[in-house]
Amino acid sequence: MEYSTLKIDLDADRIATVSIDVPGRSMNVWNGALIDEFGHWVERFIADPEVRGAVIVSGKPNAFHTGADIDLLLEGNEGHADPLDQVIARLSASLRALESGGRPAADLLRGKSAAKPVAVAIEGLALGGGLELALACHYRVAADGRGVALGLPEVQLGLLPGAGGLQRVLRLSGLKVAADLCLDGRQVSAQQALKYGLVNEVVPAEAARAAAQRWVKANTQAVQPWDRAGYEIPGGAGPFDSRAVLFFTAENAKRQSGGNQHQPAVRAILSCLYQGMILPLDGALAFDAKSFKSLMRTAVPRNMIGTLFVGRKRLRSGVPPADGAPRQAIRTVGVVGAGLMGSGIALVSAMSGMNVMLLDREQALAERGKDGIVQRVAERVKRGALEPTALDVVNSRIAPISDLAKLGDADLVIEAVYEDSNIKAQVIRDIHPHLRPDAIFPSNTSTLPIRQLAAHTARPERFLGLHFFSPVDRMSLVEVIPGAADTDVVAAALDYVGRIKKTPIIVSDVRGFYTNRIMPVYLAEAMRMVSEGVNPALIENAALQFGMPIGPLALIDETALTLNYQLMETTRRDLGDAYVPLGHEAMLEKMVRELGRQGRRGGGGFYEYPEKAAKRIWPALREHFPWMPTQPSVEDVESRLVYSQLLPALRCLAEGIVRDVESADLAAILGWGFPAWTGGPITHIRTWAGSSSRLKRIA
Amino acid sequence: MTEALIFDALRTPRGRGKSTGSIHEVTPVRLASQVLREIVHRNVPNAAQVEDVALGCVSAAGEQGGLIARSALFHADLPNATAALHVNRFCGSALEAVNIIAAKVISGEIALGIGGGVESMSRVPLGADGGPWSMDPEIAFKARYIPQGISADLIATRYGFSRQACDEFACESHRRAASAWREGRFERSIIPVTDILDQVMLTRDELVRETSDLETMAALRPAFESMGRDGGFDAVAFQKYPELAAIQHVHHAGNSSGIADGASAVLIGTARAGHQSGLKPRARIRAMASVGSEPTIMLTAPELAAKKALAIAKLSKSDIDLWEVNEAFASVVLRFAQAMELPLDEINVNGGAIAMGHPTGATGAMLVGTVLDELERRGKSLGLVTLCVGGGMGVATIIERLG
Repeated sequence: MEYSTLKIDLDADRIATVSIDVPGRSMNVWNGALIDEFGHWVERFIADPEVRGAVIVSGKPNAFHTGADIDLLLEGNEGHADPLDQVIARLSASLRALESGGRPAADLLRGKSAAKPVAVAIEGLALGGGLELALACHYRVAADGRGVALGLPEVQLGLLPGAGGLQRVLRLSGLKVAADLCLDGRQVSAQQALKYGLVNEVVPAEAARAAAQRWVKANTQAVQPWDRAGYEIPGGAGPFDSRAVLFFTAENAKRQSGGNQHQPAVRAILSCLYQGMILPLDGALAFDAKSFKSLMRTAVPRNMIGTLFVGRKRLRSGVPPADGAPRQAIRTVGVVGAGLMGSGIALVSAMSGMNVMLLDREQALAERGKDGIVQRVAERVKRGALEPTALDVVNSRIAPISDLAKLGDADLVIEAVYEDSNIKAQVIRDIHPHLRPDAIFPSNTSTLPIRQLAAHTARPERFLGLHFFSPVDRMSLVEVIPGAADTDVVAAALDYVGRIKKTPIIVSDVRGFYTNRIMPVYLAEAMRMVSEGVNPALIENAALQFGMPIGPLALIDETALTLNYQLMETTRRDLGDAYVPLGHEAMLEKMVRELGRQGRRGGGGFYEYPEKAAKRIWPALREHFPWMPTQPSVEDVESRLVYSQLLPALRCLAEGIVRDVESADLAAILGWGFPAWTGGPITHIRTWAGSSSRLKRIA
Repeated sequence: MTEALIFDALRTPRGRGKSTGSIHEVTPVRLASQVLREIVHRNVPNAAQVEDVALGCVSAAGEQGGLIARSALFHADLPNATAALHVNRFCGSALEAVNIIAAKVISGEIALGIGGGVESMSRVPLGADGGPWSMDPEIAFKARYIPQGISADLIATRYGFSRQACDEFACESHRRAASAWREGRFERSIIPVTDILDQVMLTRDELVRETSDLETMAALRPAFESMGRDGGFDAVAFQKYPELAAIQHVHHAGNSSGIADGASAVLIGTARAGHQSGLKPRARIRAMASVGSEPTIMLTAPELAAKKALAIAKLSKSDIDLWEVNEAFASVVLRFAQAMELPLDEINVNGGAIAMGHPTGATGAMLVGTVLDELERRGKSLGLVTLCVGGGMGVATIIERLG
């Protein structure tokens, strides 16, 4: 049989080198073809007396294998003839056959038979199903280097590693590491993988294949440790081991609150680990398969995959050029304003391989901005979050400047000065004469109308808005406001956002764009409930139970009540009679003007912040906003908080402020922490509307 | 209907439940055997008349596993004809064992039996028998497991008991227990623990402190704060009690029940069986009850169990002269008194488990003896014994003094 995804070479020692190379893909993924062909090859390999061992490698330069293919996930989700759980079960069976030589576990255990030796060379990313393949090989060699990372990110799509990866990590590294990888989606380097026992050997990049071949040559047969008599899971396992009991008691507590209770994969993964430490491998694999299937019966994986995987990928890939010709790449970026936002933009641009000019009105300010960036990177290198080379990158790529004329070298110049329309107008007028005529000129603003700002440039068709979120290096959303920009300028801006590894969404040039049209409504609803006499703790807990990362009152304190108040006042003044009250106006005014509550940095807001104790709800709040004698249920409070996000999101979509469902959903998750398990507000509405029991309850 | 009568109640003194405790050397089977042998020898000339022995034991693992009551009978050289039963209702086990034996008597199944319990917490630690509630994700997520100490803190937060109120309660428990020991109020029920040479090892509850002052208590660090806050258990509690902004962690080693070793036994039978052995009944069992309630707050069911027992006995709370409410944690008893609207001077008049220790599987039957001795001393009539039970349960028994 001719394979389209595999290349098999048999050497003189009758060792097969199996090179995985899925056509048409930049990285190897498990699609239908590869799963079928790999399964076919495993059967032949087991049966063929002419082959005595195998080495599995990747035919791609940058990655070993990155897991399930997007189409596979989608097809499986839409009730096709071959549901995803069946496809994954087939893959799991092939991997088990590979490691067991197709022999029954009982025979391996008694030493009556063994498998042909299989080694793998991991020379790049090994994620999800890719790592699961590697772990089923008897000997794993990883190349030492930057691009090598191992991980099982399935939980982030509402799934669990269904092809045996969970059980094999558990058996190689114990409960703690398995939880790190499977529940936190943590990726580990080659060196860490060696420490955890996930790989057997780490060698310089160019030596990986030879090392794998050497091992196969030296071994006539192989049996996985868990198929041998006397095997024990490292670090303690089983319901009679106090370490395991403690592990589960602690993990069960830590992982059952907040959004996790809506994420069935979290509990399912813990249950697979629990059962996995008791059952033999074959029984554990069967339990994993059932758990996988049970997850597929919920809406969560479909929703998470649709938004976070498919939607994100599409939005990040930008707009293909109309004529097929590649667009001019952005090599040099000018950032005007070396404050918090400007420094953040400079940092992510430099880390993505661009040269950056960081400009401020005085050279000393620009230098200080750069020093701040270098310091932040140094701290993260120290923590091991970044490679030491990151320091060289920011040092060499970021040039602090104060001379406007130098901006003429930049392909893209971002204005990131203080959020004040007069200051921004002046800076834009000052800058634009120095720009190249073909330079793209975005302004980073969270509130100001782009068309008004564009009026201060001579080339509004090259000017647009890019709304970054703070802190820039951690928040992956960027709102792109085209304003009057040409389509190719917008496309180039989307490319830039994609290159700095952020997700762009296109939004209309309206007040608040998208995210800041919704957040105030949500926060207003929380404040309105306080003024109605709802117990503040109930409000905060209701939001947390839905899966918001922080309670709305705590969030208002973090962003400052004064800022929320100013924003409300500005909106009210600007809209005049058209302003629709949200019901929180009087209470916010009272908090700020009468009671002097400013927020966390201003000495306290809805909370007080004792120096040596945890923050607590401001005790006097209850005097000023007395509680209702009968409190609403937590479900009702949660509903109000959720609907205050769903309805404005739906309105923005209906009014075309966001272009599509993916944008509305992703921006909510990435921008203001709408819970990922929902797949975003619009998807949540769709799922919700599809649930008849909910509809009945309302009717 | 046949009545269940109490003829006698004995207990060992409670040893410190640690390797430094005075009776750490004594195996649980030997500990149980000593009270069983003694209660039979003192009361029943023909031991074969004892038809069934039910012993509570919470951590039924290792040397407390495998139906320890049967081994204890062998050890006590009691007749083979006597049957044995292991009872687990967590902290209510021994009272439940008393209730089971009483029910067997009332039903006519047996004429004479023993209900009691044993726990050597120094040898078999709490939790040694595992259990899915905290461990198996399938149930831990569903039933919102939090450890009892955090439940006790949750009670204190929800019902407004400050750290000081709990500490004061604990000091009072020690004061009452010390004074009761000084006045010899426990003497009738206590049998000393002996070693294999029949030398006496322990004659008094080891954990009681003659002086226990508030300042010393105030210096103790909350035991469950970091587990609750950093370990995620507080957040689990908020899922059930979303009206709370925080949990006040007020409990510590000083105002929680002491870890202890001990055993207990209560001899129960029909009037006829008593007559045959020449026994004078000391009390009759008026009512028994057990209930389940919300498992996360876990320890508020004594109120419900007590009310249920009162209803069964057709009594009102004002009829009860003395209350024994197990002092698992200070907030448990404070909440019971608050919910029942009872003065604290009618509850645990001779101290409780905060002072004397709580050998989990044995305590319930110890409290029966304690309240009976005090009813006799005071010439009063009715006593109600209740314990909070893990998993959100409660068990209660009402006894009426005779003679």
